[in-house]
Amino acid sequence: MLAYLDHAASTPMCAEALDCMTDVLANVYGNPSGHHAEARRARDILEQAREEVAAWTGFEPGEIVFTSGGTEADNLAVLGAAASRPGPVVCSAVEHPAVLRASEHLGARIVPVAPNGVVDLDALASLLDPSVGLVSLMAANNEVGVVQPLAEAVSLVRELAPGAVVHTDAVHAAPWLDLAELSRDVDLVSLSAHKFQGPKGAGILAIRGSVEGIVPRGFGGSQERDLRPGTQDVAAIAGMAAALRATASRRASEAARVGALRDRLADGLRAALEGVVETGEGESGRSHKVPGSCHLCIEGVEAQELLVLLDQMGVAASVGSSCASGATQPSHVLAAMGVPPGLARGAVRFSLGHGSRSEEVDHALDVVPEAVGRLRGKRRSS
Amino acid sequence: MVAMSGGVDSSVAAALALDQGHEVTGVTLKLWNGKVASGCCSVADVDDARSVSRRLGIVHHVFDDTGAFEDHVVGPYVSQHSLGLTPNPCIECNRHLKFGRLLERALRLGFDALATGHHARVERREGQLRLLRGADRAKDQSYVLSVLDRGLLPRVLFPVGDLTKTEVREHARRLGLRTAAKPDSQDVCFVAPGRARRAFLAERIELHEGELVDACSGEVVGRVDAVELVTAGQRRGLGAGDHGARRYALAVDVRKRRVLVGDLTSARSCSVRLGDFTWALDPPQLPLRVLAQTSAHGEAVRGLLVPGHLHYDQPERLVAPGQTVAFYHCDDPDLVLGSAPAVQ
Repeated sequence: MLAYLDHAASTPMCAEALDCMTDVLANVYGNPSGHHAEARRARDILEQAREEVAAWTGFEPGEIVFTSGGTEADNLAVLGAAASRPGPVVCSAVEHPAVLRASEHLGARIVPVAPNGVVDLDALASLLDPSVGLVSLMAANNEVGVVQPLAEAVSLVRELAPGAVVHTDAVHAAPWLDLAELSRDVDLVSLSAHKFQGPKGAGILAIRGSVEGIVPRGFGGSQERDLRPGTQDVAAIAGMAAALRATASRRASEAARVGALRDRLADGLRAALEGVVETGEGESGRSHKVPGSCHLCIEGVEAQELLVLLDQMGVAASVGSSCASGATQPSHVLAAMGVPPGLARGAVRFSLGHGSRSEEVDHALDVVPEAVGRLRGKRRSS
Repeated sequence: MVAMSGGVDSSVAAALALDQGHEVTGVTLKLWNGKVASGCCSVADVDDARSVSRRLGIVHHVFDDTGAFEDHVVGPYVSQHSLGLTPNPCIECNRHLKFGRLLERALRLGFDALATGHHARVERREGQLRLLRGADRAKDQSYVLSVLDRGLLPRVLFPVGDLTKTEVREHARRLGLRTAAKPDSQDVCFVAPGRARRAFLAERIELHEGELVDACSGEVVGRVDAVELVTAGQRRGLGAGDHGARRYALAVDVRKRRVLVGDLTSARSCSVRLGDFTWALDPPQLPLRVLAQTSAHGEAVRGLLVPGHLHYDQPERLVAPGQTVAFYHCDDPDLVLGSAPAVQ
């Protein structure tokens, strides 16, 4: 029995995406930039995918730039927008490294978050002024699943920094939230296909037509509105569009179903184990988190040991952040939320997704308390 | 659990442990975030360990112990230098990281033992486990293992201890492991060789200029630009005395910024003052005749061990305070008895 509880890291492809990609890989080989029938077949698939993505995200087809994934989209948004805007960059302390590192590189103003992981809007307001060139605030956090008050934040930006463009990394929101709705007032939106049942290596940066002066980060051909040179991965892009359609059409029912599974897992583990803190739990409980996210800080264990034991026992979980060597590393997100380092060492992310089944939750509820008990018992006696 | 550094010895240790019928999981410790000289823990080394694990068909994990490495190895290394002592970080890493935290982790996770690529042997004789030198005397690492408490021996395996380094490399080649021709690692993995020790310490502590004082005459005979970098027994960098006689450091006093120097005769000593003993077997009766070794690949010399001291048969080069003295059996020179730190 394997309980795959690492959907936030990557989730299996849906049948629609797989079928679509297989077909394109087998049958379409032209370069979409070419001038003959085979090229046109590829181009048609590419542009059809662009229209589909535009429709589901609330953008125009001409506003969609295909990238190699979320990181490239985030980098292009932050570095590309800042390149033509001398004003300061503002981002939250809990951004994905693709935004945070890029912003820090530019000397960004960092907005703190409250202990529940939600960005501090007063602090944001105090960091905004008319000189600000770019504000980047993620839609949902990749580690702890906290959904940010994007609409309120955008209103503040429009009022206090009217010249700034607003970017949101919506990579982890995509499986759960209506992308057109959340990005309604946003200028730049990043997405990554493999988080919503598409293939790895495909992503999107949506750029409002009103936003000018995004500077490309690479040099080459004129593909993707001169913003992202290189021949497009037509099959992956087609698969991504199919996955987005499938995800969007099932989103409401899946969010309810998976949310119920997540609640059973989180409540069950908290009932079975003492010394478990649900990360970012405040007055709002877990209602400010995406339905797939169950992030726990477990006292008296080290997550890097627990993951090894869970791996042996057929539970795939995560700590949310890894370094180049593959070792787990201290989370900047938990630090920003004020989680004490000792408790953060026992932080584990269980993330559910569209394929998640009730039996997987049963298995995790069987196995996780046993594993924690073993580690705690051995630690006490040693 | 096999501790895999990404080097050839631990790669082959994992392969041999599998051959011996053990269920094996490979683990690499990430110990250091900075640049590495040899790299117990660079990304390339982790990749090597992972590649070997894949080839052997075993599961591989990485544990981050950078915090403990800083606390138990790097921090003490720096503070000992600032006190004028001469630390051995490899020994501290073995004591606290590999055979401390990692072994504890292994047992917590349900493993029966920890195997490493050290060149040493554990043998059972008359019901007792004994720690022995590695079969390859030139590569023997029993010195850095002499600090292990005898209680750990049932839980450790040294699969390559019966092989020579050449045999280890041949074995790796036969198995097609990509670490087969990898160069041997340096001693202090977090400090690059040469002048880098100075640069490393200068970033962390203030280094002080000091005077060289002749131990006989009491006269100031020279200066050193960092008294913290001088080790008792050291010859290099101290200039020459009368008639070009080589000058040796006899004692380092960081507080007074002073290094006592003398000739070769005064740099020899008849005894070493020792701190607490660690025994690799049941504590023997003292006094005891032993073979004593004061550095990783130094010669073992005869002496008499008494509580708190080792008395040499012949005067030997000074042992710097902070260094470990390993004891071997007089009649069975491969047999490790235990160790104790040299103290001031």
